[in-house]
Amino acid sequence: MKKERIDKKFGMVIDLDACTGCGSCMVACMAENNVPFKKDETNKLDSITWMRVYKLTNKKPFPETEICYLPRPCMHCEGQHSGHSPCVSVCPATATDYDMDTGIVSQIYTRCFGCRYCMAACPYHARYFNWWDPVWPDGMEKSLSPNVSPRMRGIVEKCSFCFHRYQLALDKAYVKGRRELKEHEYQTSCTQACPSGAITFGDLNNPDHQVHRLVKPDNRHHGRPTAKNAFRLLERLGTNPKVYYLSSKEWVRRAGDNYLDNEETGKPLNLMKELQPEPH
Amino acid sequence: MDSALIPKGVKRCSLPVFIAGLTPVVLVLLWGVYAMLLCWLKGLNQTNMNDSYGFALWIWADLAVIAIGGGAFFSGLLKYIFGKDELKNIINYAVLIGFICYSSALLILAIDVGQPLRSWFIFWHANVHSMLTEVAFCLSCYFAVLTIEYIPLILENRKLDEIPLIHNISHNMHGIMAVFAATGAFLSCFHQGSLGGVAGVLYGRPYVFREHILVWPWTFFLFTWSAAAFGPCFTILITKITEGITGKKLVKDNVISLLAKISGWMIFTYIIAKIIDTFYWATVTAPELGFVWSDFFTGDRSSVLFHGYWLLFAEIVLCGIIPGLILISKKHRENKTLLLTAVTLGTIGVCLNRWTMVMQPMAMPVMTFDSWNLYIPSWQEVATTILPVAYGIILIAISFRYLPIFPQEVELNPIKE
Repeated sequence: MKKERIDKKFGMVIDLDACTGCGSCMVACMAENNVPFKKDETNKLDSITWMRVYKLTNKKPFPETEICYLPRPCMHCEGQHSGHSPCVSVCPATATDYDMDTGIVSQIYTRCFGCRYCMAACPYHARYFNWWDPVWPDGMEKSLSPNVSPRMRGIVEKCSFCFHRYQLALDKAYVKGRRELKEHEYQTSCTQACPSGAITFGDLNNPDHQVHRLVKPDNRHHGRPTAKNAFRLLERLGTNPKVYYLSSKEWVRRAGDNYLDNEETGKPLNLMKELQPEPH
Repeated sequence: MDSALIPKGVKRCSLPVFIAGLTPVVLVLLWGVYAMLLCWLKGLNQTNMNDSYGFALWIWADLAVIAIGGGAFFSGLLKYIFGKDELKNIINYAVLIGFICYSSALLILAIDVGQPLRSWFIFWHANVHSMLTEVAFCLSCYFAVLTIEYIPLILENRKLDEIPLIHNISHNMHGIMAVFAATGAFLSCFHQGSLGGVAGVLYGRPYVFREHILVWPWTFFLFTWSAAAFGPCFTILITKITEGITGKKLVKDNVISLLAKISGWMIFTYIIAKIIDTFYWATVTAPELGFVWSDFFTGDRSSVLFHGYWLLFAEIVLCGIIPGLILISKKHRENKTLLLTAVTLGTIGVCLNRWTMVMQPMAMPVMTFDSWNLYIPSWQEVATTILPVAYGIILIAISFRYLPIFPQEVELNPIKE
């Protein structure tokens, strides 16, 4: 039977020209998702930051120095065929899953047994291990979100694109007799918290959604962006992420991937080979 | 005191001397057990692993002990399937070493996972596309096979053998051992390979990602090949160490020479395959992903110290080509010093290979704005990694004292009245 409905592919577009690096997205994400923290957060290598803002520089001396802040959530990779994300394909206990209806990579906390193979597989460092049990300051446990379960020691967690918000929005829509959500009804907390409006979230498969218009994903080539100034992190690895970036600066776009010296930004040789039409 | 348990025709030290000799090893074992309990009770915050270095010393130790324990399946294959009958004189020891290596690997895995009580999820909620699932299934099954291979050896203890039922069970188990050896070889090929696949399928990590043949990356075949090649080196090395400690010759030279020769040719051919793999990776795979070869070995000063070109040279030339060349030459492998050098280098070589396949991809940045990571294990990680070594020494000592591990020992060491 032919499927009538087109699957959704939720994704994010982050305008790096607009991002000021304020960190509001990180704070909003932690509060929304009950992300645990330590008393001393000096060591960032064992801190949990589902959304992490990186600071990039063009490595040029003053006065030509330029910087750029790059927020990095989970990329919710699709891989070269549906669901073959770097992490999902390796998890031995099916504790992380690729949702074909939404394109969201989930983490099943009660099934993860903490082997950390998914962390080894993820080139974006988007996955975090709970080295400790969460400890909340006195009284803070009362302000935790009831919609997101806190995680215990010994398991992996990561950005879920605030999937609980999707479920709540769907519930509301169902009550109103609708089966489809409007664009504004499902937005991630980082998107709403960003004061400069640098983050846009929506369905990449829906031409009416802003994310689609911003990057014009080419679904014949694994969602590769066709809009000017749009790029994805580590595009040529074939992870096929659903987080896109916009930057007017060439050095920023080049920092998004690894290039050989003789390659043009955005046009690496291996991807150009793929784009050539098949011979008759 | 325990003379009734000691095999006939061999001489062993007195029990107090034996216990005194083992005491320091037991203390090390207890230190490891303490660290293990800390990890289980307090969690993996006892380690120096972090979110960038999720795989570290323990995973390396796992891969390394399984590789050097490969002598068990390969010797079994040679004896029972290819009919190299001389190897019956070392097969018991190869099985014992394999048993120790595989039980150690399972123990380390049990410490390494964040929620050990959920370990069974890997079987219950198995993701059949994951190489780690294949590892878990084959590893468990092969450990069961090794246990079955070790049991008849225990039943051959002098006192146990006096019981007719046990004697008959032991005798009949020996009779069907070829079936288990074949099963073991089959399972081993897959789990050694899937351990290579664990790294090779990581397409987000260009240092270890390799092209595929059907569903298996190149590393699948290289890991099986290297375990078969270098595993016998470790079996010979431990045999020589045992001979040194006991002051006895335990296995005839022709047996060692045969195993060394086969190991030598396996190493030689493996190294050719490894060089081809490295060349293809450096000139085709890496550039397609936007990397030049030097990106993998050059970072800041400290990363070069830990992850520089020297690792590749040590693995392929010093601990690969050299032991291979020594062992394939009859003249050289019959020289005791050269033989010992070759098997030691070979053992280090395969461990180095596993080291680079685990540590290097964790240390190396993939995003251009990321940096190299360095990792120094905590004492708890070191203690729990040494724990299996202490356990292995104790099990070998007890087995050597009470079981007829070496069939040629009586002949080579006649007791003078």
